[in-house]
Amino acid sequence: MPGIRATRNSGITVWTIRWHSTWGNQLPLPLVRNSILAVITALIAVFFSGCTPPPTRTSYGDREQILFRGNGAEPQDVDPQIVTGVPEDHIIVALFEGLVSEDPRDLHPVPGVAESWEVSGDAKTYTFHLRKNAKWSDGDPITAADFIRSYQRMLMPTLAAEYAYMLYVVINAEGFNKGQIKDFSRVGFKALDDFTLEVRLNGPTPYFLSLLTHYSWYPVPISVIERCGPVDQRGNRWTRPENFVGNGPFVLAKWRVNDLLSVRKSPTYWDAARVKLQEIRFYPIESLDTEERTFRAGQLHVTYEAPLARVDSYKRNQPDLLRVDPYLGTYIYRLNVTKPPLNDRRVRRALALAMDRAAIATRIRRAGEAPAYCFTPPNCAAYTSRAKLPYDVEQARRLLAEAGYPDGRGFPRLTIMFNTLESHRAIAEAVQQMWKRDLNIDVELENHEWMVYIDNQRTLNYQVGRYGWIGDYVDPNSFLNMFLSGGGNNQTGWTNKEYDRLLAEAGQTGDQEKRYELFQEAEAILLEEAPLIPIYHYTHPYLLRPSVQGWYPTLLDHHPYKYVYLQPTKENLTRSQTPTLAMP
Amino acid sequence: MLRFIARRVLETIPVLLTIATVTFFMMRLAPGGPFDKEKATTPEIKAAVESYYGLNKPLLEQYLKVLGGYLKGDLGPDYKYPNRTVAELIAGSFPVSLELGCWSLAIALVLGVTAGLIAAIRKNSLFDYSAMSLAMAGICLPTFVLGPLLALGFAIHVHWFNASGWDFARDRVLPALTLGLFYSAYIARLTRGGMLEILNQDFIRTASAKGASTARVLFKHALRGGIAPVVSFLGPAAAGIITGSFVVETIFNIPGLGRFFITSAFNRDYTLVLGTVLFYAVLIVAFNLLVDIAQVCLNPKLKFE
Amino acid sequence: MPTGPFLPDIAPDQGEIPEREASLWRDAWRRLAKNRLALAGLWILVGLILICVCGPLVAFLPQGLRPSGLSYSYAQQDLHLHVSPPGAKHWLGTDQLGRDVLARVMFGGRISLLVGLSATAVALTIGLLYGAVSGYFGGKLDIVMMRTVDIIYTLPFAIFVILLMVFVGRSLVLIFVAIGAVEWLTMARIVRGQVMSLKKQEFIEAAIALGLRKRWIILRHILPNVLGPVIVYATLTIPGVMLLEAFLSFLGLGVQPPMSSWGSLIKEGADWMEDAPWILVSTGTVFSLTLFSLNFLGDGLRDALDVRASKD
Repeated sequence: MPGIRATRNSGITVWTIRWHSTWGNQLPLPLVRNSILAVITALIAVFFSGCTPPPTRTSYGDREQILFRGNGAEPQDVDPQIVTGVPEDHIIVALFEGLVSEDPRDLHPVPGVAESWEVSGDAKTYTFHLRKNAKWSDGDPITAADFIRSYQRMLMPTLAAEYAYMLYVVINAEGFNKGQIKDFSRVGFKALDDFTLEVRLNGPTPYFLSLLTHYSWYPVPISVIERCGPVDQRGNRWTRPENFVGNGPFVLAKWRVNDLLSVRKSPTYWDAARVKLQEIRFYPIESLDTEERTFRAGQLHVTYEAPLARVDSYKRNQPDLLRVDPYLGTYIYRLNVTKPPLNDRRVRRALALAMDRAAIATRIRRAGEAPAYCFTPPNCAAYTSRAKLPYDVEQARRLLAEAGYPDGRGFPRLTIMFNTLESHRAIAEAVQQMWKRDLNIDVELENHEWMVYIDNQRTLNYQVGRYGWIGDYVDPNSFLNMFLSGGGNNQTGWTNKEYDRLLAEAGQTGDQEKRYELFQEAEAILLEEAPLIPIYHYTHPYLLRPSVQGWYPTLLDHHPYKYVYLQPTKENLTRSQTPTLAMP
Repeated sequence: MLRFIARRVLETIPVLLTIATVTFFMMRLAPGGPFDKEKATTPEIKAAVESYYGLNKPLLEQYLKVLGGYLKGDLGPDYKYPNRTVAELIAGSFPVSLELGCWSLAIALVLGVTAGLIAAIRKNSLFDYSAMSLAMAGICLPTFVLGPLLALGFAIHVHWFNASGWDFARDRVLPALTLGLFYSAYIARLTRGGMLEILNQDFIRTASAKGASTARVLFKHALRGGIAPVVSFLGPAAAGIITGSFVVETIFNIPGLGRFFITSAFNRDYTLVLGTVLFYAVLIVAFNLLVDIAQVCLNPKLKFE
Repeated sequence: MPTGPFLPDIAPDQGEIPEREASLWRDAWRRLAKNRLALAGLWILVGLILICVCGPLVAFLPQGLRPSGLSYSYAQQDLHLHVSPPGAKHWLGTDQLGRDVLARVMFGGRISLLVGLSATAVALTIGLLYGAVSGYFGGKLDIVMMRTVDIIYTLPFAIFVILLMVFVGRSLVLIFVAIGAVEWLTMARIVRGQVMSLKKQEFIEAAIALGLRKRWIILRHILPNVLGPVIVYATLTIPGVMLLEAFLSFLGLGVQPPMSSWGSLIKEGADWMEDAPWILVSTGTVFSLTLFSLNFLGDGLRDALDVRASKD
């Protein structure tokens, strides 16, 4: 019979529970095990009451001016001339500074290492005056020669720097990088004296100063690099914390692969007085969900990005933690014009006109993205395209019929290719439904692993391919030059002589108004010919704690650290600031 | 015994060579390369980078160079992180995976073997069903569901642990539980299955009839044979656990080796793929050797093989 | 009456029971039929298969004949119903694109059950034969066979799948190949271990002494005795196979959208765990139900095939 009773066994009281079993043996449960059960019960009670949490890491950071930043991926390196990614950018702008810096609010160029500059009448020559008190973190002053030697390293063919093409606006830079010119003094850089740098360009480049804020233009300490090995050796260990020297507001302190990279305030930085943060810790958390949980547990001040599934919940329950900043990029479907039926312009336009982009942006993405009816994002350096590729199902049907597929009859099978990611899949599935419902055509979906997807696009082995283009600098040229004939990023097989001519002409003008008119014409051609279907303009949703100040929404997601500081709010002076679980 | 081990080590060499060769050529056959990017650079620059690393040389020449490097102990530079060598990446991340793996295995073995033993003795009792049901639940909850659940519960709802990271001692708990619970389910079921096989045998009946206590029969007589399937399973499973779990390391952001296995393949990081595969192969061979030795110890009849 | 965990239950005498013709399989079936839990597992499994095969077909019946909750297709989207909780219209709620979760779970069940059961069957067959041969013959053959298993085990799976897709294209059959290629390895190892311990038993030596052919010994004497742990491991493999299919779809080889499978639904459910828990809960429940029934069935089979169990 089951039950509980006590027996005395050699002086120890033993509680036993009789099992309903076929044998007489009772399994004794000594006092110890009972106490364990009691402890477990107590823990469960405490757990479900969710009572007082200890102070979290961010409240500590707020007091000590240490910023905890989620950074998306382990950086390839912190050598500005070797890397190509965005997580690296977040770290490099702390460690280095270029000729020109960015204003924290609208990113317009402000003096960096160069305290002033002059532009020649034809806009092809820039003369930079470097400030005398700019120093490397080992105390050496920064001179014009430092910049010239840095650019030489950047353009060295043996280093094979992947962003070398960012410097091609300079006279003979491309030739030197391709090995056609062996003498670097023929490239358009000259040190007029120790603190004056002259740069000569191929043509008037109105966005040149914005270009200079990209890390491919940052100086590197050549003498330090040479001490650690050959200057064009990619595995050079000069970026290890024990060897590192930079010229930015921070220096490299600690670096554990896949774990943590921390930088601390540099005492030798010329503007150190303005820098309030003492330390920044970058956490390379790859999974967005993990990052969001880490943020909720109070371990991060700012995340790399917010997972799409949680944006709605934050908008409803904790809107003060969510930031949705506009971002300079457009999500598109590229159409391979070399393969029928996409070689027919009417088919391409029909596909574009039948895609309800507003529904995609507002019901699938739901993070404040704007539906895209043109390629360049609106208000890109005050340029907004007048030409549009609207949503017009009637016209789409007419065009499809004109092209020889009335009501979708006889339309060959089309495949949408994308790399494996939930959001790409969701959009592709929606588009598949839209085209079926409105045009009565059958479309297949193919998701590919990342490298296969990239390779397929490069070799034009696709029909409709998903793509996203982010601008490197704020100027419509950074978008429109993607579709130049034979451009490395065109990857659609589309060529148009008039388009090329318009862009080339815009490249020769310094007059902004004239440039923009040429861009308007070019974009009109692009949208008329439709080698792409613009779907939405990116936004950048991420999580940010209210204690972070000086973190302004910018189009390129650049937040210069010397304007950022932490203001402990009333709550986190006493206890933690973790938001509660959002229950549906 | 020594001859057995020595023979095994000799056998390993052609195995490793085959693995290295097949992996090397498999990698090159897959489309894409380590320097392909979504935002393409110019073809000249891409050619320059590939030439820097010797990727434009004939395949056979590259293969021999890589083999030669391994013989000298040089595993090559990493392509994704140009600043690091493959040896450095593996040496830095393996201790982390090893630690996590050991904790997970400990949890898995303690929970699994105990539950399986008790379930086998008390076959078809309440304990048997509930233990095996819990084990099934453990298998039904894959790590990518269990991990976030544990993190949500114990790191966010109450702040007993961090949601991610590997800095403090308490950061080991949640990931070890996630991985350990998953494997303990397998071990519990295998133990129960193996023990039931043994417990039906006559010699158990004899020992019990002669008056041996439950514990004596269990531990002195039955365990040796009953544990055999667990040992067979555990060999490769242990090697897998200590080289890290991609899923658990991603969920808790642990700087372990498991991540590199998957990400290196996706990045077409040729040198890292080869390095991790060969490292794993050496461990598998070592653990299989241990398993075979253990099986001989458990069943001495096999000694006369 | 002496009792204890290792001594059999001796039932009271029931008088003369006529001896029926006994063979291993007939005995096994009789024992299985007596095991209520195993039978329950079997019926639940059959029920689930029926629901998953027939359920999605209900949507095609005319309007009057079908309940509203079963009238959706797994691919039907309604962007306005983005992630809505279970209600009168959608019994299990909707997903990110407004698709009915119930329809997707049923459809996904077709794929997952098909892949799970058949891939495991294939892996089981190959693993059994391979492990039995390797374990029984021993010697150089065993060494070569086991080292081959080691080699295949260590090769990077992701690359293997990518190459499969590149050179053979994508198809459902390819999933079987990919999964089968991986799962039979551990099975072979376990079988080998069991066979090696079995072959030293006296009854095998007796069979050899009697001059029975090796093939006969393996098939008729060794394999049935090996089945115990093997069946247990097989029932453990099936959920692994279903989840492996989710990993394959991540690589682009699993089911193609808009089709669903339990593995991909569980993954989706994990992403939406906090904001749409019904996806994870519903898929997880059917998944667990399948596994529980498979396991009870497997345990029943194992008990039924245990030749050493007493005949009472």
